[in-house]
Amino acid sequence: MADITNQSLNEIIENVKTKKVSSTDLTKAYIKNIESAKKLNAFVTTTFDQALDKAKQFDNKPNFDQLLPGIPLAVKDLFCTENTKTTAGSNILNNFIPSYESTVTKNLWNNGSFLLGKLNCDEFAMGSSNETSHYGNVINPVGDQLVPGGSSGGSSSALAADLTPATIGTDTGGSIRQPASFTGTVGLKPTYGLCSRWGIVAFASSLDQAGPMTKTIKDCAIMLESMSGFDEKDSTSINKKKEQYSKNLKDNIEGLKIGIPKEYRVDNMPKEVDELWEKGKKILKDLGAQLIDISLPHTKYALPTYYIVAPAEASSNLARYDGVRYGYRSKQGKDLIEMYEKTRSEGFGDEVKRRILIGTYVLSSGYYDAYYLKAQKVRQLIKKDFDDSFTKIDAILTPSTPSSAFKIGEKTNDPVSMYLNDIFTVPVNLAGLPALSMPAGVDKQGYPLGLQLIGKALDEQKILNIGYAFEKNCGFKNEIKKWWS
Amino acid sequence: MSLDKEKIKHVAKLARISVDDAKVESLTKDLNSIFKFIEQLNELNTDKVEPLTSILNQSLRSRKDEISDGKIREKVLKNSPKENEEFFVVPKVVE
Repeated sequence: MADITNQSLNEIIENVKTKKVSSTDLTKAYIKNIESAKKLNAFVTTTFDQALDKAKQFDNKPNFDQLLPGIPLAVKDLFCTENTKTTAGSNILNNFIPSYESTVTKNLWNNGSFLLGKLNCDEFAMGSSNETSHYGNVINPVGDQLVPGGSSGGSSSALAADLTPATIGTDTGGSIRQPASFTGTVGLKPTYGLCSRWGIVAFASSLDQAGPMTKTIKDCAIMLESMSGFDEKDSTSINKKKEQYSKNLKDNIEGLKIGIPKEYRVDNMPKEVDELWEKGKKILKDLGAQLIDISLPHTKYALPTYYIVAPAEASSNLARYDGVRYGYRSKQGKDLIEMYEKTRSEGFGDEVKRRILIGTYVLSSGYYDAYYLKAQKVRQLIKKDFDDSFTKIDAILTPSTPSSAFKIGEKTNDPVSMYLNDIFTVPVNLAGLPALSMPAGVDKQGYPLGLQLIGKALDEQKILNIGYAFEKNCGFKNEIKKWWS
Repeated sequence: MSLDKEKIKHVAKLARISVDDAKVESLTKDLNSIFKFIEQLNELNTDKVEPLTSILNQSLRSRKDEISDGKIREKVLKNSPKENEEFFVVPKVVE
């Protein structure tokens, strides 16, 4: 059969179910691709032997009723995987082998899939270009000088390069949607609480959500269905009936009201981003949706709010890395305090240190009200903007990012310019809402650009449906030449 | 507000991260530009706004206070950089 690895997850599942391909042959095809794609540096760890064993087990005793029958999957290295090293892109976890499995990956395996390897990411998911990883830059398959986005950069790169049929990432401020946009793929950040956070290396607990990254909207629905669900081990997990997102996928969006927020633009935004937004509006309108101008007046304050809330939570979460119970320990340090200080200094990279220090400062005595409390109040205003708008609309359409993928090294010397990448994605995390980035076109250099659909809390089905209708009418095709193999 | 080098050394001490002078230099520059960006929030009057403490429309669940796991000392100690079968080992704290 023709190269199976450039097919969508849904097509691959059909081929496995109709026995056109075995799980073993499928797994071997991905292993071959991964071995010839070392230049992309998308993987931190591979688990080929284990994957081939699982594939063989599946082929000997197949269960085709599962959502992901015999499907090998690589996942972001932020998900703890039992007996497989989990680094979070950090030196401080370079030897950490969890004795437990994250709920989200366990859900995937329970649906018939198995682990192919662990994907590179920004250190502790702090970054927008995958340049903060201790394990080196990841390259965007779109071009050999381009970043794949971040923090789920290994995930977006591996997916776009056919190194995994689908994958999962985490999104604290845009870490699924921005890399999806940069690689011409689909990425969904679910409603806060839909996917369990248990067993995911924590960054900012009130913002972190795991979600699917796929080639198509249908694939996204399959993956979301497989990974989501109530988990009593996560105190903020939402207890509700499981949805059948893929079965309920519909492309009829007639009569839906789509909000267009006037604040989603930045100075010097490339005109292609605006043009693409216009194209997106036209497609939805032609499909019978109604466009409604809305205002989300506190949008410009979302990033400053995020850069208080996220570092504050990160500084607390990352206090656990002390060189005592697990992870890296410095050889230096004559007493306990000095051992802590050296361990954390040698174990963390620059961006992580910056954020720990910001967080420590904004939470420190005398500054709490001025920063953290202020940010929580503005977060309330940002959420209220969305709540008010969603009384009159079904979903919101915006660009995913203010630009296409940039060059490696272009923004590393200026943290604030790097942060501005997430200007359209961060408000959604602060409000806990679901949002989808879907590929929509390319800029004048031929680099992919995405559009974002934001939904009401727990309204994933609706944004998936809108995305499904959009995808059928958009005509985007991700044309990536395999220059790396 | 600006963060000077002494303040940054103090915060680094609180965060238990050792920083040398060159690092303090670059951190001073980076953190000041980040705080300049963050302080846009001061434009907003939030006197009458309640802080957002949870984005979920649900309160935290309670559960029975009972043991659900345990007797896994080996697993717990498995990843420690230094242990002596039963305990984590740290540099000497009491003379």
